[in-house]
Amino acid sequence: MSEAERRRPITRFGLGTTQLLLIAALIIEGAGPIYWVFKGSISSTQDSLRHPLALWPEEAHWSNISTAWTSLDLGRYLTNTVVLVGGSWFVQLFVAVTGAYALSVLRPFYGRYVYAAVLATLFLPGTVSMVSLYLTIQDLPLTGGSIANTPMAVWLPAGAHAFNVLLMKQFFDGIPKELLEAARLDGAGPWRILTRIVLPMSRPILAVVSLLAVMNAWKDFLWPMIAITDTEKQPLAVALPRLADTSNQSLLIAGMLIAIIPPVVVFLVFQRQIVRGIAFTGLK
Amino acid sequence: MSTSTIAPESVPVVAAAVRPSPPGSRIARWRGGARHLVPVLFLLPTVLVFGLFSWWPIIRSLLLSFQQTNLVEPATWVGFDNYQTLLDDPLLGKAVTNTLVFTGLALLIGFPLPLFLAVLMSELRRGAGLMRVLVYLPVAVPPVVAVLMWKWFYDPDAGLFNEMLGKVGLGPYPWLQSADTAMASLVVEATWAGAGGAVLIYLAALASVPTELYEAAELDGASVRRRLWHVTLPHMRPVLLIMMLLQVINTFQVFTEPFVLTDGGPEDSTVTVLLLIYRYAFVSGDYGAAAALSVSLAAVLAVLSAIYLRLTRAWGTK
Repeated sequence: MSEAERRRPITRFGLGTTQLLLIAALIIEGAGPIYWVFKGSISSTQDSLRHPLALWPEEAHWSNISTAWTSLDLGRYLTNTVVLVGGSWFVQLFVAVTGAYALSVLRPFYGRYVYAAVLATLFLPGTVSMVSLYLTIQDLPLTGGSIANTPMAVWLPAGAHAFNVLLMKQFFDGIPKELLEAARLDGAGPWRILTRIVLPMSRPILAVVSLLAVMNAWKDFLWPMIAITDTEKQPLAVALPRLADTSNQSLLIAGMLIAIIPPVVVFLVFQRQIVRGIAFTGLK
Repeated sequence: MSTSTIAPESVPVVAAAVRPSPPGSRIARWRGGARHLVPVLFLLPTVLVFGLFSWWPIIRSLLLSFQQTNLVEPATWVGFDNYQTLLDDPLLGKAVTNTLVFTGLALLIGFPLPLFLAVLMSELRRGAGLMRVLVYLPVAVPPVVAVLMWKWFYDPDAGLFNEMLGKVGLGPYPWLQSADTAMASLVVEATWAGAGGAVLIYLAALASVPTELYEAAELDGASVRRRLWHVTLPHMRPVLLIMMLLQVINTFQVFTEPFVLTDGGPEDSTVTVLLLIYRYAFVSGDYGAAAALSVSLAAVLAVLSAIYLRLTRAWGTK
């Protein structure tokens, strides 16, 4: 719509109304369900069942949250989640940085074959090799041991994320070669060039890859469920559906609230970077 | 000036390069070796991780689809038996149909909605930041929590939807409990959970449409709707095509929704291909059949991904 059209009173009125309606709809659609979880977590189960549409519980039971924390052992599952997410983040970043650095800056003659092999995995989403990946972690080649039921079973496969390597390599490719050449002539070794020049210049891409890695690891469900069957070691996302069958409704909702808060806070704090990252990568 | 600052540093390098070292001397060999060793070391994590957790499982799936194994005794070759097992399973046809229905409904409901929202949001300029946050919030909610939440909204007795519809005299509807509505209910949930990401991508694409094009169209007397149709949509075509393919690739692998919300029911109306793979492997322990179905799904997805990558490249170089 053009500026001239925008100034017409009838358009302005129409625009204003549509704007209000759209924002109201988005609040109900986007924030509403999260508020509903919050309300449900401080309501008694009977209250939620009797008045599903009420905006505030008849009586607020703040203690639900602490009761859920202890009786459902949420602290343990939350710790498990943080450990899995942290490790997955580190492995993804480590693999992407070292791999992309070798492929973009060091450029050995066999680099293009490695890169092709990495990119080829983009054609096959991980879910289709899930069953044999499960068999692989049961009996890992080279070491010969099983890493099932350990954080390793989630951390290491997370690193095989071709898209990270692609993003990182494309960014490294954009760093002026003269800069790297000058550092080399100054006697800087490959490690020094990476830590002193390449990494400090790559903060934006490191942020994008990190945020996507953390958000994705936090959301992951199917693979952690398969890889970690020991209920004591499971992350929150895997534990919740299991708890849903056995526990009191209001306590379960309190557990859901605890699972929602960290990713939502991360999103609200880093929304600028995340929005830019999504628009930039063209992917979720 | 510039040559004099570079010269002192470059001297040792040049000197080292021209200094004649006896052939086969230890230092020369170490230096040469180290030079080749460094890229190897840097590539090692990539090669190990992708080799062990990407390539080996892919190859192994292929092998496994022709084998029978119980994880204890060595696997035996069984030819196409596993594929035959699939074809003999009455659930396979159902799972394929269900997955196609899910994908089709998701295209029908889930594809146009984010585009519509993005166009609306870019036309209404005020509150853009707030709207963007609100639209993306559901994507930040972990899928499992979203699914559990929706299980409540869909509850036939005390659920939010039936309660609201009851206020205007409709329902109650058995959303997830009826084979007729279960799949559509899953699609609505999945659309809610995923639309935000697509909206953000469309917003970025909309912002890249040159404003001169709109102005020119307006001078020619084109209405808002015509401008949308003749200027905006053609400009968005590559993004739309890519997003459509990406959505098809993703919805072909739908798992969490049918697994947590309905567990494939009622009457197997929400058994999807991935759910069937999961059941073969982790419920029945038939890894061969699971691998055979994985390989079949992989073949379909690989074709879709190849088209996707070709399109992104064509789009990227434009």
